[in-house]
Amino acid sequence: MTTGTTDPFAYHAPTTVREASQALSRYRGDAKLLAGGHSLIPMMKLRIASPQAIVDLRNVEGLRGITENDDGSITIGAMTTYYELITSDVINSKACAIAEAASEVADTQVRNWGTIGGSLAHADPAGDLPAVAVALGMEINSASARSSRSIASDRFFRGYLETALRPNEVLTGVTVPAQDEGSGCAYVKLANKASHYAIVGVAASVTVDGGGVCTAARIGITGAGPHAVRSRRAERILVGKELTENVIDRAAQRGGAELAGMFNDDVHASAEYREAMTQVYTARAVTRAAACAMG
Amino acid sequence: MTTDTLIGQEVTRVEDQALITGRGQYVDDLRLPGLLHLALVRSPYGHAKINRIDVSAAANAPGVVSVFTGADLAEQLGSLPAGWVLIPEQTGGEPMATPDHPPLAIEKVRYVGDAVAAVVASSPAAASDAVALVDVDYEPLPAVTDAEQATMEGAPEIHEGVANNKSFDWTVAAGDYDAAAAEADVVVKERIVNQRLIPNPMEPRGIMADYNAGTEQLTIWTSTQIPHLVRLLFALVTGHPEHKVRVIAPDVGGGFGCKLYLYAEEVIVGIIAKQLEKPVKWIESRTENYVATTHGRDHIADAEICGTSDGIVTGLKVHVYANLGGYLSTFAPAIPTILFGLMLGGCYKFENLSCTVAGVFTNTTPVDAYRGAGRPEATYVVERMMERYAHEIGRDVIGVRRRNFIRPFRRGHDMPIGVTYDSGNYQGALGAALDMFDYQAFRQEQRDARREGKLLGVGFSTYIEICGMAPSAVAGALGAGAGLWESSTVRVHPTGTVTVFTGTSPHGQGHETTLAQITSSRLGIPMENVEVVHGDTERHQFGTGTFGSRSLAVGGEALMMSLDKVIEKAKEIAAHEMGVDAKQVVFENGTFYVEDIQEREIPWGDVALGAYWAKNLPDGLEPGLEAVSFFDPQNFTWPFGTHIAVVEIDEMTGETSLVRYVAIDDVGNVINPMIVDGMVHGGIAQGAGQALQEAAVYSDDGQLLTGSMMDYAVPTAEDMPSFETGRTVTPTIVNSLGAKGAGETGTIAASPAIVNAAVDALKHLGVTHLNMPLSAEKMWRTIQDAKEARRARRSAAARRGN
Repeated sequence: MTTGTTDPFAYHAPTTVREASQALSRYRGDAKLLAGGHSLIPMMKLRIASPQAIVDLRNVEGLRGITENDDGSITIGAMTTYYELITSDVINSKACAIAEAASEVADTQVRNWGTIGGSLAHADPAGDLPAVAVALGMEINSASARSSRSIASDRFFRGYLETALRPNEVLTGVTVPAQDEGSGCAYVKLANKASHYAIVGVAASVTVDGGGVCTAARIGITGAGPHAVRSRRAERILVGKELTENVIDRAAQRGGAELAGMFNDDVHASAEYREAMTQVYTARAVTRAAACAMG
Repeated sequence: MTTDTLIGQEVTRVEDQALITGRGQYVDDLRLPGLLHLALVRSPYGHAKINRIDVSAAANAPGVVSVFTGADLAEQLGSLPAGWVLIPEQTGGEPMATPDHPPLAIEKVRYVGDAVAAVVASSPAAASDAVALVDVDYEPLPAVTDAEQATMEGAPEIHEGVANNKSFDWTVAAGDYDAAAAEADVVVKERIVNQRLIPNPMEPRGIMADYNAGTEQLTIWTSTQIPHLVRLLFALVTGHPEHKVRVIAPDVGGGFGCKLYLYAEEVIVGIIAKQLEKPVKWIESRTENYVATTHGRDHIADAEICGTSDGIVTGLKVHVYANLGGYLSTFAPAIPTILFGLMLGGCYKFENLSCTVAGVFTNTTPVDAYRGAGRPEATYVVERMMERYAHEIGRDVIGVRRRNFIRPFRRGHDMPIGVTYDSGNYQGALGAALDMFDYQAFRQEQRDARREGKLLGVGFSTYIEICGMAPSAVAGALGAGAGLWESSTVRVHPTGTVTVFTGTSPHGQGHETTLAQITSSRLGIPMENVEVVHGDTERHQFGTGTFGSRSLAVGGEALMMSLDKVIEKAKEIAAHEMGVDAKQVVFENGTFYVEDIQEREIPWGDVALGAYWAKNLPDGLEPGLEAVSFFDPQNFTWPFGTHIAVVEIDEMTGETSLVRYVAIDDVGNVINPMIVDGMVHGGIAQGAGQALQEAAVYSDDGQLLTGSMMDYAVPTAEDMPSFETGRTVTPTIVNSLGAKGAGETGTIAASPAIVNAAVDALKHLGVTHLNMPLSAEKMWRTIQDAKEARRARRSAAARRGN
C-alpha cells in the first residue's frame, strides 16, 4: 500500500519554452510538464505516473494571461488558472462557456491552481475544458525548441489521455476565434458526485441571424467517451433552421452519435445512461447557447 | 461567565481556536527523537493463500531497518478480540463463531487491504518505497463479497470450519408475527438494501508507540475513540501488562465509529516498537483508510409489515443478511443485532415482531459501527415499511403514523420486545415539525409542479433511537465484553480552579466546552477556570470512551456525581468555618452562605484553599477537595423526533436533490444548543449522503471499486439545502441532567425521510420502493421503467377495450 511518495525524479524549472521543450527531448518522453499539478501530482502520489523528470512551467515567461486581439479573437496563456478565467471580463463577455466550464471544475483550491493548458494537455476524458475548446473552435498553440504550430481543437483530442501534441511540444496557449455577431455559447454538465468530473458535459456555440435562423453551430462533448469529441451530426441538424424546441430536440437525438459503441461504462454510469444523458445535455447546452445568442 | 445560566447557552467552543489555527496535535504532528516509520504490505486480493513471503529485497532497501511478517511475530501479536460475543440464548443455542484474527495475516488473506507484512524504515518514504519490494506469493482463491451469496451452497469458505460463512444466526421476537400476519387485512413485503458505507473521518488513523526497555513502559498514541479499551484489549491480546501500557488519544479528527476498536495496526506498531526498542509511527494514507478501516451498514433486509386496511399496524418481520467483512471487528456482532433488533418497534404500538439476523463473513473490509450503528438500519426498515404500508392501503402517511404512535409518557414505557423506553412524546415532535412545514400547501405545490414536469416528493421519518450506552448489566447479559459505565474525576485546586477528568474521549463533539459549562454552572466559577482532560489512560484511571451518543448522558452524569460530592464536602468545610450545621449551608453562584445571615458568606475559592491548607477542618474530615465517580445508568436513553425531507427529481436525467429539510429532535435537556445543532446538521448530511450518493461497491472478486474520494461520493455543503431545525424537550429520567444524547439523530432519521420523499415523488408512476443511494442513473432507470410499464398497461387496456 503506497503512502504518497514516489521514486526519485529530476526537477527542472526552465524560464523559456525552448528550454522546456529541450528538457522534454532529453528525457525522451519520460518527463512530465508541471502546470497547476492537480492531475499530475495525485497520479504520482498514487504511482500511476512515475516520470524521470518534472519540468515545471511556473517560471516560463509569457504563458499566463488573457489577451483580446485586434481581430476579436482571444489568446489565453497555457498557465492561466481557472480562477483567472472565471473572473475575466473578456471571457465572461465574449466566451462565457469557458468561464462556465472553469467554474464547474472541482473545488476552489483546484480552481486556484489548475490551468487551462494543463486541462487540455492532460486530456482527461471527463475534463470540462476540452468540450468548450471543441465547441468554440479554439486553436491549440504549441511549440517545440525549433518550431511552433496551431492545432484545431477538434483534431487535438485523440484518445484516452492522448492528444496531438508531440513528445517534445509544450502547449503554450489557445486562441479563441472571434465569435460572430449573434453568437452564444454555454457549457452544462452532469457531474460525478464524487469527483465532480463530467459524467457527461456538453458545450455548445451557435450563431443566429436576424431572422432567427441558425447559421453556425458547434457542439463539444466530454465525459461520455474516451476523449472529447465534436458532434457534427447534431450540428448539421441545427444549421439553416430556426432553433425551436423541436429542432433542438431533433438535433439532441444525434448528440454524441459519433461515440456510438464507445460510450464509457464504469461504476459511476453505464454506457446506456451516458448515451441518453449526452442527448439530454446536448439539448440543454444548445437551448442555453441559443438563448444567449438571441439575448 | 459564571452561574447556572451557562446551561442551555450557546457558548463558543473552547476547542476551536487551537484546531482552526493549526495548533491541534494529531498523531501525525507528534515527533520523538530517533523515530522510525512503519508501512504495511497489504493484500491486493480479496481472498488468497499466502504461499511465501520474500522480504529480502525490502530488507536491503535504503533506509529500511527491519521487515516483519505475521509468522515472525505470531506469538507476540496474538489474535484480535471479539469484544461482543452474542449469547447462545439468542443464537439458537449455537455458539457464535469467533475465528482468529491475526493482526498480520499468516496463511491466508481475507480482504483487499488485509495486512501481511510491516516495513520499518528511517523515513515514511523509505518505508513505503520498500513495501513495493516485499514479494508475496499469493495463490488467489474464489472470493465472495455479497452477504447473502456467501451463505449459499458452494460459496468459498472464508474461515475454516465456519459453515455457510455464518458467524451467527441471531433471533429476537415479541408476540406472534405469523399469527398477526394470518389475521391481517394487508401484508406488504419488500427487500430493503442498506448499502455499505465508508466512514471517512477527516483524519485517517495514526499510531505512534514508544517503549522504555528500562521500565518496560509502552506508550501508544493512537487516533481512537476509546483509549482505555485500547489499553485493556492490547494487554489482553499481547500479554504486555496493562499497568505498563499508556494509551493517549491526542486530538482526534473525527471517527464516526470507525475508531472504536482495537485495530491490527495498534498491536503491530506497539509490538514492533517494543521489539526494536525504538519509537515507531504509522500514519494511514487515505487510500489505506478506504480498505483498512472498518466500513458501516451493508444489510440486505427482507421485511414484512402487516395490519388492518384502515391503518392499524399489527406486526413487523425482518430477516437480515448482515455483512461482517473478512473478520470480526471488536463490536461488529452487536451492531446488526442488539442495536438493530431491539429498535424495530420504533415509536409504534404494534406488538408482534420477528427479527432474525445472519451475521456473515465475506471477502470485504470488516464492518462495524458507523454513526448510528444498527439504529439507522432499523429506522430505515421501520420508517420505509410504515410508508410502504400507508401507500398500500391508500392512506396518508401522517395519519397512519398518528394512529400507531405510542401515547406520550414521561416515566417509562415497556415495549413488547423487552426494552423500556425512558420518555417520549412522538405526537409532539411530529406536531412541531408540521408547524414548520405546511403539508397541505406542499401537496398543492407538488400537484402544480407535476403539471410543469417537475417531480417533487415529501417523506417523513418519525424516528426513535437507543442512546446513552449503556447499562452495563444489560449489555453484559447480551454479550458485551466490557462494562459500559462512565467515570469522572473532579479535582479542585487550592486556588479554586478545577480540572475535570473524563473517561469519554471526544473527537470533535466539543466535550471540553460542554463539560466545562456544566462544571462552571454547578460551581459558579468562570469557564476559563475549568480544564477538561480526556484521552490519556495515565491521567484518568479508566473510562469507556465516546460512542453511541453516550458522553453527556453517561459521562456527563458521572461528572454531575463528582461535582455533587465535591460540593457536599465543600459545604462541610464552609459550615465548620461559619460555625453552623452543613445542612444550613446554601451553595449558589460560587458562594456558601446561610439563609438570613448575610454576613456569614464564604466564596468558593476560600473553601478550596481551606480544604488544602487544612488548618480549620471539621474533625475527621480528610484534607483535599477531589472526587471520583462511576455512573452506570439503569437504562438506555431513547431520543426521538420527526424529520421531513423534500426532494426534487429531474425527470429527464434522474438527478435527485434535497431541496428542503425540516428536523425536530427531542434529545431531552440541552447543555449547548449550538453544539447540538452542529451535530444534527452533520448527522443529516451523513444520512443524506447515504440516501443520495454514498456507496462502497465491490467487484465480485473483492476489489473495492470506490476506493477513493474520486469514486466515493462524500457529501459536501453544496449537496445540502439550509436545514430548518428545532427541538421539543422531553427530559429523560435515566440521568439527573435529563439529557438523552444528540450525536446520531440526524444520521438515523435522514435516510428514510429522503427515500420516502423520492418514492412519494414517483408514486404516481407506480413506484413503491427505491434502494439507496438514489443515484441519477438509478432514478432515471426507475422513471424509464415505470413509464414503460405504464405504457404497456395502457396499451393492454386499449386492446381489451377493442
